Amino acid sequence: MANTVTQSIMVVGGGMSGMSAAVEAAEAGYEVFLVEKNPYLGGRVAQLHQYFPKLCPPYCGLEINFRRIKDNPRVKVFTMAEVAAIRGVEGDFDVTVKISPRYVNEKCTGCGKCAEACTLEIPNPFNYGMDMVKAAYLPHDMAFPMRYVLDPSLVKSAEAQKVKEACPYDAIDLEMAEKTVDLKVGSIVWATGWKPYDMTKLENYGKGAYANVISNVQMERLAAWNGPTQGKILRPSDGQPPKTVAFVQCAGSRDQNHLPFCSGICCLASLKQATYVREQIPDATIYFFYIDVRATDRLEDFINRVKADDKLIFFKGKVAKITEDGATKNLICRVENTMTEELHEIPVDLVVLATGMQPNTSEAPLPTPVPYDEYGFVASMDAMPGIYAAGTTRTPCNVAESVADGTAAALKAIQSVVRR
Amino acid sequence: MDKKLATYICTGCGIGDALDIEQLSKVAQKECKAALVKTHPCLCGQEGVAMLKGDIQNEGVNCLMIAACSPRVMYDVFRFDGCLVDRVNLREQVAWSQKPGDEDTQMMAEDYLRISAAKIGKMDPPEPYKPEEEISKDILIVGGGVAGLTAAKEVSKAGYKAVLVEREKELGGFQRKVAKIATFPYKGIKDNDVESLVQDVSKDGNITVYTGAKIEKTVGGPGVFKVSIAQSGAVKEHKVGAIVMAAGWKPYDPAQLDPKLGYGQSPNVITNVQFEEMVKNGGAKRPSDGGALANVAFLQCAGQRDPEKLPYCSSVCCTTSLKQAIFIKETSPEANVFIVFKEMRTPGQAEDLYRRAQEEGVIFIRCQDPQVKASGAGVTVEALDDLLGETVVLEDLDLVVLATGMVPVTAFGEDYAQVRARMRAGETEQKKEEEELEVPQDAILVSDILNLEYRQGPELPGLRYGFPDSHFICFPYETRRTGIYAAGCVRRPMGVAAAFEDGAGAAMKAIQCVEMVSQGKAVHPRAGDMSFPEFFMQRCTQCKRCTEECPFGAINEDEKGNPLPQPTRCRRCGVCMGACPERIISFKNYSVGMIGEMIKSIEVPEEDEEKPRIVVLACENDAYPALDMAGLRRMSYNAWVRVIPMRCLGSMNLIFIADALSKGIDGVLLLGCKYGDDYQCHFVKGSELANIRLSKVKETLDRLVLESDRVRFETVAISDYDKLPKILDDFAETLEGVGPNPYKGF
Repeated sequence: MANTVTQSIMVVGGGMSGMSAAVEAAEAGYEVFLVEKNPYLGGRVAQLHQYFPKLCPPYCGLEINFRRIKDNPRVKVFTMAEVAAIRGVEGDFDVTVKISPRYVNEKCTGCGKCAEACTLEIPNPFNYGMDMVKAAYLPHDMAFPMRYVLDPSLVKSAEAQKVKEACPYDAIDLEMAEKTVDLKVGSIVWATGWKPYDMTKLENYGKGAYANVISNVQMERLAAWNGPTQGKILRPSDGQPPKTVAFVQCAGSRDQNHLPFCSGICCLASLKQATYVREQIPDATIYFFYIDVRATDRLEDFINRVKADDKLIFFKGKVAKITEDGATKNLICRVENTMTEELHEIPVDLVVLATGMQPNTSEAPLPTPVPYDEYGFVASMDAMPGIYAAGTTRTPCNVAESVADGTAAALKAIQSVVRR
Repeated sequence: MDKKLATYICTGCGIGDALDIEQLSKVAQKECKAALVKTHPCLCGQEGVAMLKGDIQNEGVNCLMIAACSPRVMYDVFRFDGCLVDRVNLREQVAWSQKPGDEDTQMMAEDYLRISAAKIGKMDPPEPYKPEEEISKDILIVGGGVAGLTAAKEVSKAGYKAVLVEREKELGGFQRKVAKIATFPYKGIKDNDVESLVQDVSKDGNITVYTGAKIEKTVGGPGVFKVSIAQSGAVKEHKVGAIVMAAGWKPYDPAQLDPKLGYGQSPNVITNVQFEEMVKNGGAKRPSDGGALANVAFLQCAGQRDPEKLPYCSSVCCTTSLKQAIFIKETSPEANVFIVFKEMRTPGQAEDLYRRAQEEGVIFIRCQDPQVKASGAGVTVEALDDLLGETVVLEDLDLVVLATGMVPVTAFGEDYAQVRARMRAGETEQKKEEEELEVPQDAILVSDILNLEYRQGPELPGLRYGFPDSHFICFPYETRRTGIYAAGCVRRPMGVAAAFEDGAGAAMKAIQCVEMVSQGKAVHPRAGDMSFPEFFMQRCTQCKRCTEECPFGAINEDEKGNPLPQPTRCRRCGVCMGACPERIISFKNYSVGMIGEMIKSIEVPEEDEEKPRIVVLACENDAYPALDMAGLRRMSYNAWVRVIPMRCLGSMNLIFIADALSKGIDGVLLLGCKYGDDYQCHFVKGSELANIRLSKVKETLDRLVLESDRVRFETVAISDYDKLPKILDDFAETLEGVGPNPYKGF
């Protein structure tokens, strides 16, 4: 745009697609503001144990991307930040960014003295609340930025002063308040990602009330060494390893009453998780209840690899209902085998619901009007002049697709600020 | 550079509690010969940093040894332009992982200072590589289909020039044959408007288009590619900076299909591609006689997901068949349309198209193994319906459409290994012997697309099924040739919706590449690195290991076998440096000599002190951060280890092992990334090469009369920090069993 007043780009969302958009644009020579709601970058992938199909740790690629950001002063990262307002037009946007108080300033060295001094605990957000963490905490082992956070409940508590005094570096600021920053940017990439579909809406599957019915995102944390169980897959009710595990596909997905679309990744995610179970519990029986196995491209190879497991039962049929035995907390999956039309009642120890991807824009839309589809996804990458949607904001996609999409959006954002 | 070294020791974050700082300062002064040695309780704080800046300004300090936290944190605070900075990781890898106040902990910290001093002594500030010729920022786009056209258009919109080469006489690629498309929002089918994209590109003054053309050869590297384009008998040369490879796909050859699918047995059995051509050329009719369609069956996965044919899923055929079925229903609503499928794969919003087809009355039959029976024009399909449990017979079919898949154009052509074998057959026996070290070669097919004049082969290396990617989930556009980015269906099977974004994404990478190269910087994964390998040619023995082992094909060679490095193709991993038996390859700030000195600087206690020493050569992207995280978790591990980070374990030269063992160091542990089909090495095969070299280490050990247990290779992922302490402790235990290195004290 010939009349761009600034060559800065804003990327909203520091997950895989947003982070990719930011570093790709910065390495091409542009100033980028990267705005992330969490206290750390990495988004959902930081919470994954492994990626399919390579079964490799997400930390590895994150380390490279973090290094790219560290080496490139053109990227300015705002964490605990959200975009409150967007005004203006392509080439000349005024964006108001709201930054929540971290109560820890840039003097923090990550030494951990505050956590040592703190006794108050909160449900650990990184582990989807499956364990507790000190209310003065480092979000996770490879958190970037490597800086502690104080939960507001601690700041209000009687312990706050003690925790503040425990910091040798004067890094705790209990008076820190929400603040806003106004930034001028020429274009915006919106990549605020997704959230797992809310289990409590799944009436047939216990509405989230059964202890041993967990979601696929929780399973990732259970399998990770830095998760709530140090990587041991255990039943939440009694801490025992399950002997039978059921993966219930399309839990809310491809369902007109919930998420009518297909999230595209859940089949592979569940079968990947089946490998986690197999690695730890060699004789476990694993059921995979599915409608269609959707493994496009060379991911087919991964399915074939997993199918070699003779104690992994591919069961074609959608689970109609899950009931819980109140005493044992065991579960019964009622499912019709669509191939034989027989109704089965299959007892299992642990159920993993393959819940789908709900776009965050369905509940937290952009603060400026852009077109959405009926599910809340932004209708196209070119949302409006100067504003581009990337990753799961636009369509359900896997990690590689998110990166590709973020990279494409970075170029569009550059085009908006190029002076010609 | 005239070096003035200052050592700064931070005593914060537990370092001061764990170590005798005074003693450490003495080591810095006496052994490291630091002109200045200072300590500070919080070096990263304002006051600490001001102190460093003051010394740079007032004392002329230009080499800073910062003994504090890991180089992975406080990176911005300790960045001083024009100075050499080395970070000594006293926090995560000493104070937080070792017993405080212990003698062994102190010795470890002191060794790390010595190692740092040795490193700084051998280090020079890198000077960016600037090729003699002018750098071009133009982008070559190979392929004029949707991905290529989009790439060209996006390149132009970003203010760069593009050269687009298309083999066919017209632009548009496969989509030129397509009348209707299925794309967002997938509520129905739409008219194809590839023509408007073709027009945009054709009219664009920034884009030079060659149709009916091919690339005869590509020489050079990023920033300095010279491409010879042949068109109607003439050859034109263009200088370009980077390449988007969007050469597309070919339909799977239906003649290869299982005969039970009926292809070739009736004119009324056609492929999905032929269906598109038919619609474009006058509408959907019965091929045998042009009659109306009353009964139509689509058979999915024709040859696909079949280990004997096309083992993967082409991703788009379900959507394509739904589109084609809806088209028939819209044009002939009374027609019976069946889709016989194994699994319906309509991810994302494409699920809506599946629903739409159901609403249109398309009948779906789930069957794993349908059979086509053709006699003349009459065609019948027999399908065992999974849901009904009985065989459904679809009779009087006017048309059967086989959903065949996509094969990337890179999957065709002779294996370059055979070409090379033929070439080599003419060489003398002696030359063959020189290449005794078997390193894994890239799988390159001579597919006549780029015709790279690269010593390692003329095209992009392929992985499974000939797709030219690098199998990196986090970096999908990476190929194994620098500055060449694959896009569209040559990269992975995809529909038009994705091809648009893919063209834009690859264009982004290409633009970024020319910008980085024009500043003398490396591209992914060491993006921004200014160093590059320099070859001391007088000592080269033409052994070709560097050219053979470079994972990115960055080194050509002359007729005599001398390496001809192409620095803009280099990723700066140092694999060549590790490969070179003559040790003639070095970077300004990373060299065989430097690491050798670092190893030799480690103090080796006498045998009777019973303090073995272990050198750990660790991949800096994975094993090293894992060690940091072990420290962060305050996990303790063996105090005899001395960790030296490597750009990639592939830069490990066997001399390092000889250096270590001949100095009396008891063992060497190599920590690299997983290799094999699902390799995690960011330089593709660095860790694998290190392990292959290790198979030759026996010679070194035999020469020194040492036990092979003294050297161990372990694969470690970045998330394996829970396992690292045990790996280190186990190795230490093994070495205790082997006993002390007899070279101590020599």
